[in-house]
Amino acid sequence: MSHSFDDISAQLKGRHRRTKRLKFMSMGALALAATFLVVFIGDMVMRGYPAFQQAELHVPVTYSEQSQEIPLAAVEEDVRDLVSRGWLRQLPRDMAADASLMGQTIDRWVIADDQVDQYLKGHKSHLKPKQTAVLDRMIENGTAELKFNINFFTTGDSKLPEYAGIWSAAMGTILTLLVTLAFAFPVGVLTAVYLEEFAPDNRFTQAIEININNLAAVPSILFGLLGLAIFINFFGMPRSSPLVGGLTLGLMTLPVIIITTRSALRSVPDTIRQAAFGVGCSRWQVVRDHVLPLSLPGILTGSIIGLAQAMGETAPLIIVGMVAFIPDAPTAITQAATVLPAQIFTWAGEPEQAYVERTAAGILVLLSVLILLNAAAVMLRKKFERRW
Amino acid sequence: MQTQQIFLFFIGIVALAGLVAFFSGRSKAQRVRASGAEMYAQPDQYGWFTAISSAGPALLVGLAAVVAIATADIDIEGMQLLIASLVVAAVGLVIGLALVKPDFHARNAIETLIRYVLIGAAMISIVTTFGILVSIIFEAIRFFQMESFWTFITGTTWDPGNSFQMAAGRGEGVESTANFGAVPLFAGTFMITLIAMLVAIPIGLLAAVYMAEFAPESVRTVAKPVLEVLAGIPTVVYGFFAAITVAPLIVDIFSPLGIEASYNNALAPGLVMGIMIIPFISSLSDDVITSVPDTMRQGSLALGMTHGETIRNVILPAALPGIISASLLAMSRALGETMIVVMAAGMRPNLTANPLEDMTTVTVRIVAALTGDQEFASAETLSAFALGLVLFVVTLLLNMVSVVLIRRFREKYSANNL
Repeated sequence: MSHSFDDISAQLKGRHRRTKRLKFMSMGALALAATFLVVFIGDMVMRGYPAFQQAELHVPVTYSEQSQEIPLAAVEEDVRDLVSRGWLRQLPRDMAADASLMGQTIDRWVIADDQVDQYLKGHKSHLKPKQTAVLDRMIENGTAELKFNINFFTTGDSKLPEYAGIWSAAMGTILTLLVTLAFAFPVGVLTAVYLEEFAPDNRFTQAIEININNLAAVPSILFGLLGLAIFINFFGMPRSSPLVGGLTLGLMTLPVIIITTRSALRSVPDTIRQAAFGVGCSRWQVVRDHVLPLSLPGILTGSIIGLAQAMGETAPLIIVGMVAFIPDAPTAITQAATVLPAQIFTWAGEPEQAYVERTAAGILVLLSVLILLNAAAVMLRKKFERRW
Repeated sequence: MQTQQIFLFFIGIVALAGLVAFFSGRSKAQRVRASGAEMYAQPDQYGWFTAISSAGPALLVGLAAVVAIATADIDIEGMQLLIASLVVAAVGLVIGLALVKPDFHARNAIETLIRYVLIGAAMISIVTTFGILVSIIFEAIRFFQMESFWTFITGTTWDPGNSFQMAAGRGEGVESTANFGAVPLFAGTFMITLIAMLVAIPIGLLAAVYMAEFAPESVRTVAKPVLEVLAGIPTVVYGFFAAITVAPLIVDIFSPLGIEASYNNALAPGLVMGIMIIPFISSLSDDVITSVPDTMRQGSLALGMTHGETIRNVILPAALPGIISASLLAMSRALGETMIVVMAAGMRPNLTANPLEDMTTVTVRIVAALTGDQEFASAETLSAFALGLVLFVVTLLLNMVSVVLIRRFREKYSANNL
């Protein structure tokens, strides 16, 4: 050996330095991922928060027979193209609903056009100089203001950005997820119970297990092809409906629920089962009265996580036609509907800045719900987790 | 009658039959027991048995009717269905009650039935896989009857052209100009996946090394869920981010250099997809690294290796099968990813090696083919299923290899937590 002790000591410094380098590089990688998350969420918030505000104008509205015929006549000429056309279209219906309005002139806040909205938010707008002059005066008088955008939460999709909201998509999401849950939860839990508590360890059981693991890794878009070919073309279920979407997502969520339920069942110690068998319970009685209640928190946690995953899924729903223009909230699972992520996708395709805002705002709502769901799952686990 | 009313009536009949059967079964069992006979099961269990024997067949009748109406177009009147289910429920009740005898094992009968129900539930996942396979293969075969398989696999031009007109019967006198050569789509998919893997593997692996080897427990408990958040963000959100923030950023970065990048460049979706799959790699690699036996670490350190050398020369080689397995899994995820590429990548099939140009992927074309207004039988629509078949086969193979690798690792180090 030609290396003297001093040589080795000298090398050692370099070797330890390399360890340090690896440590910092790996730390950097983690920091990079975390930084991305922060940048990403920051970007979404910056883009999305303006959509929670909407410009409104304080103008005198004349309710007369003329304005019932031609709604434009209800407001003064200089603000006619500043108020939302959607609001003007609604005017005759308002008058029909409330006869006492007739013949009055009321000063009231009115939803503004999306270009006015963009102008007030300091973005680029297509307003003409004359219009901006009127607007500037109104801003000074305090008769043009940004107010909380309640419409975003209470209306469905619209071709007018100032009236586009997430209500119908939210209802669609709820209906779809109800179908998903109604299908995937019982089937998933029963499958897991069978595999964990009843099934003999034979080839059939192994085939099911391998199959479930594969199913968990199949790209989601292929579930969409399945939904299209089987549910819509073969069974003739209505296209774009929460029924088809929910079943498709249910099949996709199934492996998640099965896998988490199995690990929850496995965490119940065998002594519990043996004690129950010892006092003469049948297998089903053991499962129903002891194993299932003890593993319920784990099962629910897994189901919530699976549901959160299904909630953010878009690709299979596009294939089964759930990206449609749906202004009204669906009331049954067989009606055409859209879901939140699909609504986000639709808006993302619109070029107007007002829709970009709404896309990001929709994303913020979706992310908040997902975070809430996941937090609920974590709390559930923390609260009921039992160490045996 | 409305479908909804029929449905409600049907549910009512089933529930009523179940209730009536339960109480009559139980009271008969109680009477038998009161008369002094020893019974095999509890009265409640006889009640449950009669309830199942009455409501179960009625439920099956309803299910069969729904399937018949949906698939075979058989017209069944709502009234007929209701009467039929009522009759079946009554017959079931009579038979069930007749079976309530002291020597009848009601509990075992229920047990057997439950076992069948459980097997039925377990079968659904198998049926699903077959459903995916059958639905894709059948339509893909229809596609390959129109277009040759060989041109699909090796052709370099993807241009559905006027195939939708041909299918609608308006193609007379017009030469079919459709070309279904999928190579540009495969190339685009491969390019974007490659970019994603180039981002995800180094970052994911290093993050896993940090968490498994260097990080104090407190950092670990925070970092792991934070990374998981990346995997939990819906892909449509990533797609929006890639299209609206990352792609313009890339164009801005390259334009001062005199390089013109497309707004639908492949780099943006690739980068964002890479970030999305970081947790897939980091979390599995982390598990694999922590399950490399400590004896190997100690042996290496005892020989005078530094911590860094131990990681590089001992732990990572030992964990390699697991790391490759994680990467393959992440890769199959990237290949099948749809929303990011639909929103941020191009629509134009483009055979190029330049990631700054726009290119399209298999999943983009699937979505494009199925969201248009074409006839379902057109070659373009069916091409989606041919592409889906390729996607299914490739991802399945990747998963299989990944499973085999991880199993080898597990057997070698008897790691039970994987």
